[in-house]
Amino acid sequence: MRTTVLRINITSVWVDDQAKALAFYTDKLGFVKKNDIPTGDARWLTVVSPADPDGVELLLEPDGHPAAPPLKKALVADGIPFTQFAVEDVHAEAERLKALGVVFTQEPTDLGPVVTAVFDDTCGNLIQIAAMK
Amino acid sequence: MDAADLFKALSDPTRRTILDELQQSDGQTLFEICGRLIMKHGLSSSRQAISQHLAVLEEAGLVRTRREGRYKFHHLDTSPLRSIVDRWPFDKE
Repeated sequence: MRTTVLRINITSVWVDDQAKALAFYTDKLGFVKKNDIPTGDARWLTVVSPADPDGVELLLEPDGHPAAPPLKKALVADGIPFTQFAVEDVHAEAERLKALGVVFTQEPTDLGPVVTAVFDDTCGNLIQIAAMK
Repeated sequence: MDAADLFKALSDPTRRTILDELQQSDGQTLFEICGRLIMKHGLSSSRQAISQHLAVLEEAGLVRTRREGRYKFHHLDTSPLRSIVDRWPFDKE
């Protein structure tokens, strides 16, 4: 009998502009580009963490479907992050990103077992950073 | 806003906890308020239920919402509480 193990190798954020997203996710957040393959009118564009270059890739996926922008707008209005990244120290990372002009909708907040903060990725999403205590 | 709205808003423990959290850190998104209630207070209310609690607090004038660009923040406004002390003053020196 054969068994298979499914691995999670990719996750995505819907971005309104891939070039702008690549700049933000690399220059500000510090990810590095992994794949950049032309696919018709868009790109298969992924970034990875320099701490885990062979790890899960983040696909900067165009939000071209007409249903995507209204959903993103509604999530942003309620402060709901589209996804989450792990950091060592939320306070330090928030300070670093603010110095680069990144806007936060939630300051670093101690929620007991975890500290979180939420910022705007300028591509139509809010992103949470979190550190388990 | 009448007195009934104010006392109704204050009568619910979840709504009082929301006011406590806004007192600690004023200007929160719905997401942050939900996170604080769940993680810090172990409350299991749905996001929709919290949203309804916020509407009751806003109706009573205890919470004000502010739109800043695409974001919406909730602020504490304790000024309606003055009507309670005006009605039953506790300091008559």
